Amino acid sequence: MEILMAFVIGILFMAATYLMLSKSLLRIIIGTGLLSHGAHLLLLTMGGLKRGAAPLLGEHAKAYTDPIPQALILTAIVISFGVTAFFLVLAYRAYQELGTDNMERLRGTERNE
Amino acid sequence: MNNLIILPILIPLISGVFLIFFSKNIRIQRWVSALSSLVTMILAVMLVHQVKSEGIQTMNVSNWEAPFGITLVSDMLSALLVLTTSIIGLTCIIYSFRSIGEDRERFYYYPVVFFLIVGVNGAFTTGDIFNLFVFFEVMLMSSYVLIVHGGTKIQLRESIKYILVNVISSALFVITVGFLYSVVGTLNMAHISQRINEVDESGILTVISILFLIVFGLKGAIFPLYFWLPGSYYAPPAAITALFGALLTKVGVYSIMRTHTLFFSHDTGYTQQILSVLAVMTIIFGVIGAIAYWDFNKIIIYNIIVAVGIILFGLSTMTPTALAGSIFYLIHDMIIKAALFFLAGIVITITGTSNLRGFSGLIKPYPGVGWTFFLAALALAGIPPLSGFAGKLLIVQGGFEGGQFWGAGIVLMSSLLVLFSVMKIFIHGFWGSADTFKGDDKVPVRALMIAPIVLVALSVLYGIGTEFVMPYIIEAAETLSDPSIYIEAVLKE
Repeated sequence: MEILMAFVIGILFMAATYLMLSKSLLRIIIGTGLLSHGAHLLLLTMGGLKRGAAPLLGEHAKAYTDPIPQALILTAIVISFGVTAFFLVLAYRAYQELGTDNMERLRGTERNE
Repeated sequence: MNNLIILPILIPLISGVFLIFFSKNIRIQRWVSALSSLVTMILAVMLVHQVKSEGIQTMNVSNWEAPFGITLVSDMLSALLVLTTSIIGLTCIIYSFRSIGEDRERFYYYPVVFFLIVGVNGAFTTGDIFNLFVFFEVMLMSSYVLIVHGGTKIQLRESIKYILVNVISSALFVITVGFLYSVVGTLNMAHISQRINEVDESGILTVISILFLIVFGLKGAIFPLYFWLPGSYYAPPAAITALFGALLTKVGVYSIMRTHTLFFSHDTGYTQQILSVLAVMTIIFGVIGAIAYWDFNKIIIYNIIVAVGIILFGLSTMTPTALAGSIFYLIHDMIIKAALFFLAGIVITITGTSNLRGFSGLIKPYPGVGWTFFLAALALAGIPPLSGFAGKLLIVQGGFEGGQFWGAGIVLMSSLLVLFSVMKIFIHGFWGSADTFKGDDKVPVRALMIAPIVLVALSVLYGIGTEFVMPYIIEAAETLSDPSIYIEAVLKE
């Protein structure tokens, strides 16, 4: 199972890298979304994917899944959610002010600094 | 158990939350922020004193025992850095009163500055690797807001790049923590260190240590990961750049120091060699940038990169002398970079430009600014009675002891070029005829000068009083070179 997840995560990272290297700002933000998906899946996979009950003591199971990675992922998800929301609004503002979403044209040169 | 540790994090947090409710009342904003940062500074002094008299202080949050809950650990290094952060926070807030402008002040400027200080103080104090990530994000989120605060075109353009780089490095941090958790199965830093020593000689640990170097190198701007820094730090106003230049990269440097001394002391040959090569390259590329530009801000910005390289070179030799030198230089550099950015802001207020070809002869109408800058420049280059000297001396000495003659030589040579770059500012901007900058009426700079004068005076005292501060620095270096002190203080076997 972990091997399969490793491949899936690898493909996510690959797609994220490809998108983040493109010119359009929205593609870049989509890339960051995929990158954080990959990172969260990797945390879950690295915590171990052994069979066990959901980490609820009411389940009365013999074995539970590891609750720590789940807590870490929950934290990382809300953080990346906040950052992504900020980034999207920033991209919107930049589009309004600068009139472009092309990263090639968002360069600083001596003249317009 | 000791609640004093958490107060330098808690007080800025509470005052930041409090200030959100009074965002339109500038008088309350200023008074509360000045008072609470003063209180934070006093508490940080008490913390340093306590660590000095009673050894490493630890605090288990909500009484969960060490490896299971989050532990806050204050050894001498983090206590000193928390103190320096509080001093810089206070001076930055005083400087902001006159420089940042009422529009920005009304729009949650002070709360965000406080949240930045929460993040930095937390990152220096925490003893848990995932909690370090969370404090990094607190710090970075505030820095995103500050870098774009005001919304000018250059700020919008540069903050996009800054955020993108930091989103990537944060994702890498999560990934690295995931790898480390799968190997050792714990998140408490002392416990990780203990378990790493048990598994030892495992290739995957070296890979993780290089991943940590990449993550913190992106935050701390080492070669070849410094590319984002010159543009981003050029965009925001002086008070914010000073806060960034003094604090943000240094948190990355601190984390490299912590992880490489605490975690990865098993297979030092390989990682130390990489660290030392990268540090030397950082110094070289930093000085190339510093001497290439004719812009006040850009020169100081590239000097940040040089300083990061010098500190990491001291770390990479792993001799106790060089470690003490690195810590000494780290604190010196935080203080002096903030002072230099404040002065750059004052010069831009006077002349309207940071281009050195655009003004000259400032020393006649503004002697105070000129001589303060001169002192700060000498301190940056490491002229003996001032603060930059002792740190660099110890780093070079440690480099020679460790047999790294090339690196130590380059550190020495870099001082010359750093001196050249700042003297270029002094000669072209402050000497010459006084009629080449616009504006005939004198700009009142007295209120703005308080912050840089305090910092430069502090740096002079820090240099003269080396004998007085050295015991503290030595104690900090001892904990770094012997991780077992740290582990025992946290896990209390």
